[in-house]
Amino acid sequence: MSDRPSHRGFWIGFVIVLAALVVAPTVLPPFWSRFVTEILIWGLLAMSSDILIGYTGMVSFGHSAFFGLGMYGAAAALLSVRPPNLWLAIVYGLVGAGVVAIFVAYFATRLRDIYFSITTLVFSQIFYVIIFTWTEVTGGENGLNFRQPALGLPGWAGIPFTPQTLHWFVLAVVTVSYLVLRRITQSPFGMVLQSIRENEPRTRAIGYAVERYKIVAVMLSGLFAGLAGVLYAIQNKFAAPDFVFFLISGEVVIFNVMGGVGTLIGPVVGAAFFLLLREGLSRYFEYYLIPVGIIFTLMVIFLPQGFLGFLRRQLNR
Amino acid sequence: MGIPVEQILVQTVNGLVNGMILALVASGLTLIFGIMDVVNFAHGDLVMLGGFVGATTMAATGNFWVALLMAAVTIAVVGAGLQITTLRPLLGRDPLTTILATFGISLVLQKYALWQWGPSARQLQEPITGRFDLFYLQYPWYRVATALLAGAIIGALWLFLKRGTYGIWIRATTQDRIMASAMGIPVPWVHTAVFAIGAAMAAASGVLFGPMGGVTQTMGADFTLRAFIVVVVGGMGNLGGSILASMFISLLEAYASLFVSPAQAVIVSFVALILTLLFRPTGLFVPTPK
Amino acid sequence: MLSLTDVHTYYGKSHILHGVSLEVGSGEVVGLLGRNGVGKSTTLKSVMGLARPAQGRVTFEGRDITGLAPHQLPRVGIAWVPEDRRIFKLLSVLENLRTGLDRAGVDDARREKLLDKVYAAFPVLRERRHQAGGTLSGGEQQMLAIARAMMLEPKIILLDEPTEGLMPRMVSQIRDIIGVLHDEGVAILLVEQNVPLTLEVSNRVYIMEKGVVRHQAPAADLRANHAVIHQYLGV
Repeated sequence: MSDRPSHRGFWIGFVIVLAALVVAPTVLPPFWSRFVTEILIWGLLAMSSDILIGYTGMVSFGHSAFFGLGMYGAAAALLSVRPPNLWLAIVYGLVGAGVVAIFVAYFATRLRDIYFSITTLVFSQIFYVIIFTWTEVTGGENGLNFRQPALGLPGWAGIPFTPQTLHWFVLAVVTVSYLVLRRITQSPFGMVLQSIRENEPRTRAIGYAVERYKIVAVMLSGLFAGLAGVLYAIQNKFAAPDFVFFLISGEVVIFNVMGGVGTLIGPVVGAAFFLLLREGLSRYFEYYLIPVGIIFTLMVIFLPQGFLGFLRRQLNR
Repeated sequence: MGIPVEQILVQTVNGLVNGMILALVASGLTLIFGIMDVVNFAHGDLVMLGGFVGATTMAATGNFWVALLMAAVTIAVVGAGLQITTLRPLLGRDPLTTILATFGISLVLQKYALWQWGPSARQLQEPITGRFDLFYLQYPWYRVATALLAGAIIGALWLFLKRGTYGIWIRATTQDRIMASAMGIPVPWVHTAVFAIGAAMAAASGVLFGPMGGVTQTMGADFTLRAFIVVVVGGMGNLGGSILASMFISLLEAYASLFVSPAQAVIVSFVALILTLLFRPTGLFVPTPK
Repeated sequence: MLSLTDVHTYYGKSHILHGVSLEVGSGEVVGLLGRNGVGKSTTLKSVMGLARPAQGRVTFEGRDITGLAPHQLPRVGIAWVPEDRRIFKLLSVLENLRTGLDRAGVDDARREKLLDKVYAAFPVLRERRHQAGGTLSGGEQQMLAIARAMMLEPKIILLDEPTEGLMPRMVSQIRDIIGVLHDEGVAILLVEQNVPLTLEVSNRVYIMEKGVVRHQAPAADLRANHAVIHQYLGV
C-alpha cells in the first residue's frame, strides 16, 4: 500500500541518492570513492540477508557462506580461463552460492527458529574449515589472488575497469538488484513471506505451501549474496577464507538490525553506518567495536526496528 | 584398519578429558537455556574471559587454585551484571532476539579482551606437573586431574540441584516459571543466579583449559560453537544429555583426528549436529517425545 | 480484606475485564460464578500480578498491591491455586510442597506441623510423597495443588475451578478442605462452574458476565431463589 505522495517521495529520494552515487567517484578522493563502492557491495549483501531475516523471519548466520562461495566461485573462473572473463566469473560465483543455497534451503524447511540459525552458523563454519584447510585448491589461509577481468561482451575485446567504471558497474548491478528485490518484496510473493514471518502456522492453514516459499526465499537470498561476493572479488582481486568465517555473517546481521529489518534500504544504511563508524573510529580508538557492540546490543533491546523503524515511527506521529 | 590400538586408546583418554571440560561449559549453557530460554551466544567468551582473569591472577599470585577461584567468582559477577542489564528486559521476547543480544555482548567481550590482554596467547602453568606412562606417551597428570575436577564440579552442581531449597527453586522455575513465581520464588533472581553459575562454570573451564591450550581472544567462538552443538545433540535444557553429548562429541573428534588434522576433525561434530537436527531434533540422548 | 476496584485487564489487545469490582472480607468464602470466558480466571490473575490491570486498583488489607510482581504476593498473604493445577511434574510431592514450605521464618517445628496438617487432610499425599508430581492422578494433583498453597499459610486462597474434571468422591474432599480452611480463618475466593457446591460453601456470591460483575448476593438468598442463577448461567 502506498499513498500517492509518499510513493512519489520515494522515487524522488531514490533518484537523488542514485545521482549522488553516480557522481561520487568524480568528486571524491580515490580512497573514499573506493569506500563508497565497498559500501554498495556490503549493502547488497545486507539486502540479500534482509529477505530472510526481515521478510521471512528466518535469522541466518550463514550469509558468509553464500558471500564466500560467490567470491571463490568468481576466483575459480578468473583463474582458470584466460583472459579472465567477467560474465563467467559472475556465473561461476552464482552457481557456487546457489549450491550452498540449496543445502540451506533444505534445512530451512525442516528446522525452525534457533535450530535454523545455529545450523546456518555451522554451515558457514563447515565451509570455512574446508576452504581454510584445502590449501591446494583454495589457497588455504592466504586465499587466492587473481587479475581483474575487463568489462566486455563475450567475443568482443573488453575495456579494462578503472576504479570509476568499476564503481559504476557495481552501482548498476546493486541498483538493478535493489529494484528487483523491491519488486519481489512488494509482490504477492513478498506478502506471503511476511505472513510467514508473522504467523507461520496460520499461513500454512490458509493453504500456502510454506516450504516452497521458504526455499525460494533462501535461493533468492543466497544468489544475491553470492553476487555481492562476486563483486567483491572483482573489486579486490582476491578471495580469502576470512570472508567465510561466521563473524562476517554476524556483521551482516548487525547491518540489518541497526538499519532496520524488513525495509531493504535499512540494511544498506546499516552497512554504510557501520563501515563509516569503523573507518572513523578506528583511527582514534582501535577497539571501536566495543562501543559499536554496546550500541548494537542496546538497539536490539530498545530499538528492535533499527534506525529506519525508529524514523518511521517518528514520521508517523 | 592399520591404526595401532594404543593410538586409539590414547585418543580415547584425550576425548574423555576434553569431554569433561566441554561438559563443564555445556552444562552451564543448557541450564541457562532450560530456565530462561536464552541461547547464550557469549558463553564461550565467558570461558575466554575466565581464562584471562585466571592467567593474570596466576601471574600475580603464582597459585593456580587461587586463579581458578578468582576467575570463577569474577566472571560470575560479570555474568550476573550482564543478565540483569541486558537479558532481564528481554524476558518473554522471542529467542532470536536473545541470540542477537548475546551476539552483541559476545562482540563486546571479545574486543574488550583484545584491548586489555592483547592479541597474543597467555599461558598458564600446570599446577600439577609430572607425567605417567600411557602406552607410548608421557601423559600429563594434569589432564587427568582436570577431568576429575571438572567431573567433581558437575557432580556438585547435580547435588545442589537435587537437594536443598535453592535446587528446588531452580528446578521449579525451569519447569513452570509462572507457578514458581506464584509460590513466592523470586524468579528474576533465580534467573540471575543460574546465569552466574553458568558463567562461573564457563570461567572455570577456561582456567582448566589454560595449561592445555593457552588462552586466546578467539577461543571463545570455538567453545561457543562446540557447546551449542553439544547442547542441541544432548537435548536443549537436558543436563544429563549435555554431559553425555559432550563426551560423545569429544570422543568423535578425538578419533577423527587420527585420520585428519585437528582443524578438520571439527567437521565431525558439525555433521553430528546436522544429523541430530534432521533425525532426532529433540536430542540424541533424549527419549523420543510422545 | 481483598478488594478490586474497577479493574480493567487486557490480554494482548483483547479487553477481558471491563471494570471488575468485588470484595472478600477476612475469613469469608466468596464464590465467583459465570459462564466460560467471562473473565473469572483473569480476575484471579489480575490479583496475582500475572495479568496487569490497565486501570483500576487491587488492595489487600488496605495496601495497594496492583503493580506487585507475582512472587511478592505470597509474602503479602495471598496464595493461588490455578485452573490447571500446575503441579511441578518433575518434582516429587514433597518437593512440590517445599516450594511453599521453604520460606524464611519457618522453623523446623512449624514445618513438621504444617506437613502433618496437610498429610492429615490428604493422606494420599503422605503415601506418595517421594513420587514425581506428574505420576499423580488428576484428583491427587488437585489435592497437591491445594496443599501446596496451604504451605504458604496464606490469609486468602484464590481457588480456580478446583472441582473441574473430578469424580464426586473427590469433589466431596474439596468441600471438606474448604470447610477446614474456613474454620481456620483462611478466606477463599472460589471460582467455580459447580453451582451447587459453590452455593453450599460460600458466604457470598458474585456473578460475572462479559468482564463485569453483574450480581452480588449472600449465598443463602441464591440458594432460596434459583431464578437469578437461571438468568445468568442458564443452569
